[in-house]
Amino acid sequence: MESFICHEGVVLPLDRVNVDTDAIIPKQYLQSTARTGYGPFLFDSWRYLDPGHLGMDVGQRRLNPDFIMNEPRYAGASILLSRNNFGCGSSREHAVWALLDAGFRAVIAPSFGDIFYNNCFQNGLLPAMVAEADCEALFAWALCDAPASPRLLVDLRNTTIQRADGTGQPVGFAIEPFRREALLRGLDAIGETLAKAERIAAFEARHRQAMPWLFATETS
Amino acid sequence: MTLYDKLWASHMVDELPDGSTLLYIDRQLLHEVTSAQAFATLAHTGRTVRRAASQLAVEDHNVPTTGLEVTDPLAQEQLAALRSNTSRFGITEFAMGDRRQGIVHVVGPEQGFTLPGITIVCGDSHTSTHGAFAALAFGIGTSEVAQCLATQCLVVRKSQNMRLVLGGVPHPAVSAKDVILWIIGRMGTAAGTGAAVEYAGPYVERLSMEGRMTMCNMAIEMGARVGLCAVDDSTIAYLENRPMGPRGRLWEQAVALWRTLHSDAEAHFDREAHWDVSALAPQVTWGTSPEQVIAIDERIPDPAAQQDSKRREAMQRALDYMGLNPGQAMTDVAVDQVFIGSCTNGRLEDLRQAAAMVAGKRVAPTVRRALVVPGSGEVRLRAEQEGLDRLFRDAGFEWRLPGCSMCLGMNEDRLAAQERCAATSNRNFEGRQGAGGRTHLVSPAMAAAAAIAGRFVDVRHWP
Ligand code: SF4
Repeated sequence: MESFICHEGVVLPLDRVNVDTDAIIPKQYLQSTARTGYGPFLFDSWRYLDPGHLGMDVGQRRLNPDFIMNEPRYAGASILLSRNNFGCGSSREHAVWALLDAGFRAVIAPSFGDIFYNNCFQNGLLPAMVAEADCEALFAWALCDAPASPRLLVDLRNTTIQRADGTGQPVGFAIEPFRREALLRGLDAIGETLAKAERIAAFEARHRQAMPWLFATETS
Repeated sequence: MTLYDKLWASHMVDELPDGSTLLYIDRQLLHEVTSAQAFATLAHTGRTVRRAASQLAVEDHNVPTTGLEVTDPLAQEQLAALRSNTSRFGITEFAMGDRRQGIVHVVGPEQGFTLPGITIVCGDSHTSTHGAFAALAFGIGTSEVAQCLATQCLVVRKSQNMRLVLGGVPHPAVSAKDVILWIIGRMGTAAGTGAAVEYAGPYVERLSMEGRMTMCNMAIEMGARVGLCAVDDSTIAYLENRPMGPRGRLWEQAVALWRTLHSDAEAHFDREAHWDVSALAPQVTWGTSPEQVIAIDERIPDPAAQQDSKRREAMQRALDYMGLNPGQAMTDVAVDQVFIGSCTNGRLEDLRQAAAMVAGKRVAPTVRRALVVPGSGEVRLRAEQEGLDRLFRDAGFEWRLPGCSMCLGMNEDRLAAQERCAATSNRNFEGRQGAGGRTHLVSPAMAAAAAIAGRFVDVRHWP
């Protein structure tokens, strides 16, 4: 997994609550067996006016001028700002892959869907949880008060978000220490767990005694 | 200890210094849409599957329901990947055409792969369904699927304990689906975030295993990754003689342990709510989030009356998307399609309830298509033995092969833009059943009655 330490980029304010993973990447793209190539289809049904499918040339599609992602001011955004319960719904990790593939490195919101939140850490995408009031202030700034292209600096070392132009006060974000550590170091979860092979084997032996019916078809 | 605490404690391999837990995973369900990249990760890093016997794969999300031939090349590729990955690692797979094949969350319990007291995961958010059997069951992403294949463990953080205590005896036409929709409407889609939700109380104790599965299935729709019910006689009776469950002496031993799987009387819950469901009416969603739900005899709410500006905007956007107006009666809303199926309501009991509404009647001519998609091959066969397929077919419903079908429309079963559907599934998100499609979540009886009437009707007064 790629590590995340500090990132500066344009912020895209997506002013909606309950943005679900079906909206982040619709089902027709889940037929791919790859981890990449989803970026052009991120927020597909909001972003384009015509229907899309895997493998098509998105350059030919009609962009929805009313969708904020298509405003020149937010071109090249790499930080997403949204509202409560971002990433709720389906467990599809494709939602995280699509955000990464479209160039996003961090998502800022007051709360996240549990599985989406977890999936972020498996891929080095930072979900930064901010207080509602701070979220509101970030929206007000990114939508109205900010310069042409609002840039933010998200720093995982001191868990703060601040405007790249140095104005305003930095705001803090919440993240559990073990998650933060794993992101900073870009840990390989499988490798880390395999290093505990002895403990796992010992547990398995005890568990086999406690619930032998779960191992009935296997020989020890 | 709560039931959740007990399940957690019995699977803890290691406590990590940062407060997370290395949790042992007894069983994993795999399907074609979220596993290919996980197997690729294994291949990539030279790792292998730790316990093939703990894994079970089924084809469900992408399969056609009209026949066994897959014509979509992308679906073909995904199914082929699942077949080659499972055969390579010696994992059991139920392929299309096998009577055991169906939606993962229907197949697991039906085969006795899902058992009380175990940890079970799947790359699918509705894995919470299996909690109805007092199993610790939760959905995971593809990276975790890989982790589980390779290590039989996951690094997780314990959730809070939440209990919903339900009492009362509702009208016989009001089902577990109505109850869970109503609760989500009352408590919101984030009520269970960060919590494991145990359903308890007299209503739940009287509920069938199918009804409990429906409620646990939709725990994720109120933000909880885990839904749970305690073990009781219904649980044990359901599991007896299941093909993959224990037999003989092992069965006796298992039942003795399962009987301990309930929250202790003095157990502490971080959050708790009590609801009386006696007066409940059948529920229908009107918006694009499961919390946007009303009783069939209520009128669509007016965003103007909503104080919170964010909620007001969300309501207005939902009404625009759904093509509805504030103050409209749900019973005046006509439907174009009807979908009976999914891991929420695709079991035998659900099909029986739906069939009871349609016997001797005809689907309204204004309804373009009414689908019945059994949750598994097993459900389909048993329904046919009872003659349910005849009742549906004679009424003008299409009787399909098992799969996820129009719950998410990855195969050909989809809504066209602006088509309105009465669906027994679990998500009414924008575009969920097809780009621009409008989904109303209801119970099986409500969906079946809507097909006949051509619009939503109150099944408490169904002739
Ligand atoms: S039936 Fe629907 S919700 Fe259930 S597993 Fe299939 S797609 Fe997911």
